[in-house]
Amino acid sequence: MLTRRDTLAIGLGASAVAMLPVTAMATPVDDAIAAFTGGAEMADTGIAITAPEIAENGNTVPISIDAAGATEIMIIATGNPTPSVGRFMFGEAAGTAMIATRIRLGGTQDVMAIAKMADGSFASTRVEVKVTIGGCGG
Amino acid sequence: MTEVRPRIRLPRRASAGDSIVVKTLINHNMESGQRRNSAGEPIPRQIINRFTCEFNGVMVIDAALEPAISANPYVEFEALVDGNGEFVFNWYDDNGDVYTATEAFEVS
Repeated sequence: MLTRRDTLAIGLGASAVAMLPVTAMATPVDDAIAAFTGGAEMADTGIAITAPEIAENGNTVPISIDAAGATEIMIIATGNPTPSVGRFMFGEAAGTAMIATRIRLGGTQDVMAIAKMADGSFASTRVEVKVTIGGCGG
Repeated sequence: MTEVRPRIRLPRRASAGDSIVVKTLINHNMESGQRRNSAGEPIPRQIINRFTCEFNGVMVIDAALEPAISANPYVEFEALVDGNGEFVFNWYDDNGDVYTATEAFEVS
């Protein structure tokens, strides 16, 4: 027999479950960003990405990031199954803070770069790369 | 896998105090761990997970690499050379191997 109280409890439980995805499910991209910035605000100046507008081969997409004054740069491929691409920490003997590398992109997506500046602030930028053939194996 | 052979490219000349471009490449599959073989079994991940460069024992760059770095990882960056010295490069493989390259550099 369902009492009035039981019914109420079931209803509450159901609505709690329905609300879970909103509160508890951060995307992998959000997680990757939070792991780097700790949720800090990000400025949108002081960092630049150079990447091809169209990449024929997602297996090797050349990308370079300039962020003068940065102590660390993180690259995030927002459309990859694992968004984090790499973190580059600059030491005392580093010159101008820049890095160029080649990355794998699973498909057309935004590539994001975040720089941690010497004063502890963060800056980020993103650029869309259209990928003709994805580079995540299969 | 064939023998791992790092390649380093430094400018021919620079003055003390210059920021120079350092280009590095190492031949490595960077097996992402996401691919499957013909029998449908996952191929285990094996990548270079860390790359470092020091100049005269002072850190230039320390990079944490993920499977989304392309095969034969290429890393280009800038180093501040305050005088003559030696670059030491280390690549850390998932299997525990560390590949090291050294390159002497003289300022003019």
